[in-house]
Amino acid sequence: MSTGTKDPFVIAGVTIASRLFIGTGKYGSDALIPAVAEASGASVITVAMRRVDKGGKGVMGHIPSRLRLLPNTSGARTAEEALRLARLARAAGCGDWIKIEVISDTRYLLPDGYGTAKAVELMVKDGFVPLPYINPDLYVARDCVAAGAAAVMPLGAPIGTNRGLQTREMLAILIEEMEVPVVVDAGLGRPSQACEAMEMGADACLVNTAIATASDPVAMAGAFRDAVIAGRTAWLAGPGGVKERGEAADPSSPLTGFLGSPAPGAAAGGA
Amino acid sequence: MQVTVNGESLGLAEGTTLGQLLAQRDNEPRTVAVERNGAIVPRDAYGATAIMDGDTIEIVHFVGGG
Repeated sequence: MSTGTKDPFVIAGVTIASRLFIGTGKYGSDALIPAVAEASGASVITVAMRRVDKGGKGVMGHIPSRLRLLPNTSGARTAEEALRLARLARAAGCGDWIKIEVISDTRYLLPDGYGTAKAVELMVKDGFVPLPYINPDLYVARDCVAAGAAAVMPLGAPIGTNRGLQTREMLAILIEEMEVPVVVDAGLGRPSQACEAMEMGADACLVNTAIATASDPVAMAGAFRDAVIAGRTAWLAGPGGVKERGEAADPSSPLTGFLGSPAPGAAAGGA
Repeated sequence: MQVTVNGESLGLAEGTTLGQLLAQRDNEPRTVAVERNGAIVPRDAYGATAIMDGDTIEIVHFVGGG
């Protein structure tokens, strides 16, 4: 569901149909995932990798085959652990795209910039297409891109918080400075927030918690789809200027031709 | 022989292959990835890979995540 071939969205040479990425975590039932995927219009979907129990079925049976899988490296605390998970994901048939997560902070789950950039470097050497999850920090983003990141995925707010674009100013700088796609990831709690990220010029958004924990995840997936399309369309349309607080209003309607006013050119007081 | 599978100590018959271990655990080979002593075992080699005493095996798969 993009605005079409006039506005292609490309990561690592691959054209992606939708600018909304979705996750597969936290659903009350994984059986909801196919309907959510359909309603969202998403063409990229994230998964995590964990030990399998006896008889464990995992999530793959619920993911429509048309979707491109983006396995994450959640659980990795170092670049080396992230590489190990990425290799396992590839061995499990998940392709070369990896959402890098290197996180050792267990309270706020904030990404380790140094470890993340190092993971990008290791993964590029091993043939992966890395999409690193980062703080919206210009230096970390540049380190990741210099190491070969195909896109950057800065957070709007800590994972799973639904707190929206708390990092707005830093995101705006990344969007301005990055030559690779910027996918706003984490913290987007409402469609309006995803829409705003897109209006700011983000290339895409990744939404998991806000959809999965809604009372009606399928309906919420549709709302995020529409919001991302609206925001992208608005960005392409070029939003008008914003006046400073205290500046006078600027009427949309003419200030001439009011009923009862003198005709143009009529002498004052004339009859 | 004793091996460690996903962090748990386990007794296995001599000569058990990875493919047999997966079948015993009711794990579908097409949906998992396996590490044996830190090295990934390609899927098409499960049947031919004999597990050795003391091996450490990790069996993983995809779960929901963001």
